[in-house]
Amino acid sequence: MKTFLADIMAIFVGDAQADRIVPPTGFTARLTLFASGAMAFLAVFALALSLASGRLAQRWGQELAQSSTLRISAPVEQLAAQTAAALKVLETTPGVAEARALTAEEQRALLAPWFGPDLPVENLPIPQLISIEETSGGYDAAGLRLRLQAEVPGAILDDHTRWRKPLQQAASRLRLLGFVSIILIAAVTGTIITLAANAALAANARLIAVLRLVGAQDSYIAKAFVRRFTLRALSGAAVGTVVGLIAVLILPSAQDQGGFLTGLGFQGASWLWLVLLPILAAVVAFLATGAAARRTLSELR
Amino acid sequence: MIELDNIAYSYGGGELLSEVNLSIQPGDFYFLTGPSGAGKTTFMKLCYGELTPTSGQARLFGQDVRSMSRDDHAVTRRRIGVVHQDCQFLDHLPLADNVALPLAVSGRDDLENVSNLKELLGWVGLKERAKALPPELSGGERQRAALARAVIMSPDIILADEPTGNVDWEMSQRLLQLLLELNRMGKTVMIATHDMNLIRAAKSKVQARVLRIANRHVQLAGADL
Repeated sequence: MKTFLADIMAIFVGDAQADRIVPPTGFTARLTLFASGAMAFLAVFALALSLASGRLAQRWGQELAQSSTLRISAPVEQLAAQTAAALKVLETTPGVAEARALTAEEQRALLAPWFGPDLPVENLPIPQLISIEETSGGYDAAGLRLRLQAEVPGAILDDHTRWRKPLQQAASRLRLLGFVSIILIAAVTGTIITLAANAALAANARLIAVLRLVGAQDSYIAKAFVRRFTLRALSGAAVGTVVGLIAVLILPSAQDQGGFLTGLGFQGASWLWLVLLPILAAVVAFLATGAAARRTLSELR
Repeated sequence: MIELDNIAYSYGGGELLSEVNLSIQPGDFYFLTGPSGAGKTTFMKLCYGELTPTSGQARLFGQDVRSMSRDDHAVTRRRIGVVHQDCQFLDHLPLADNVALPLAVSGRDDLENVSNLKELLGWVGLKERAKALPPELSGGERQRAALARAVIMSPDIILADEPTGNVDWEMSQRLLQLLLELNRMGKTVMIATHDMNLIRAAKSKVQARVLRIANRHVQLAGADL
């Protein structure tokens, strides 16, 4: 581990002479820069997606868990009485912070997206909804159901578990998908850099032979290549990350009805992830070039 | 220093060298001669570990070539200065950097050695050409630069493969003079050449032994040159 860190340090401190010994290869250099930049750009989105869905899962979990709905389906003439009975039950239930019957206007507003604004709600046998706010401790859903069954036969308690579970599940799958994408992006970056390093090593076969003839050890030759590719990956990924971040920032800004997309951003400590992206690219390049160089060199005399 | 014990070397099917016995001691001055394609360069490569003998045992500074790791070879090459037939420069680096390459790769490119570099370039008469790129140099300049690179690590042995191959007589004399000076400083020198005049010119100035490759064998030639 210590030598690993020392190797990493050596990459930044550098050896000006070793740097000049390997001739700069303009084309592969630009390709490596571009590839790591593009990969970092994609990684920013994968990261944003996975962080956003993480937050979404958490928010849904919390908000939906804190509220539930009681639906009362009863003949019109009994509806008012049953609603009053249900409210009384709820008021005496520990864990219920607030219970409130929705007004006709509110119910109409809920139905409007499906039936249009002109629906004569009063004339329809629609059930009465009671919204329940829980305290942080929550209430005993099974006990409440039993009590309601006894006193308000038309009441159906919906504590949102049915909705919450699949939503939360979808959100955490989405997060997993985001992380898998980042791992794949890292792997592809490694592949590209390995190919570029192999090309560079092959193109410099004569140079490597000369260095061997004058007494260079493998570690010296490898370092000259590893340093170059690591720095390229680092700077390319840094540029890609910044561009990706700008792209995320200029997404349409958050609106209440925006729902999912608006969450695509970075908050608080998640900014640190962005700093990690170029470093991750550099580490991948360091390992990939090192492995490629050792493999190539061990095949030479 | 270099001990070859009944070694043979064959490319593919045909045997190029066989039954070679030689023990090179400090301060020796050798010429290696023989017709083109007889195996002079192969023999040189066996001497600095670039090639491993197909049979027999070769020892460099007491170490068996077969048991040496890649890094052992690298370290050994710092003790054997080789003037390659085709010089083997890095064309994108100026002459001074090419000459200093062995210092750079062994991590000894400190100030003291860099000032030695100037002196060394003066010794081979290339001070003014320090910033030139290898392709811009003449044949003689390249050969002298190759010699400078071979000796910059202050090696114990200098192996020169056709150092006067494509330079005129006057330049060969200068190169020979440089190699003779090195030998006087106690270095072991081996020069592969087919230039008999060069060997004759050297024989008047140094106790030189001549190895001749003929019929796959390396023999010590008599005084009949």
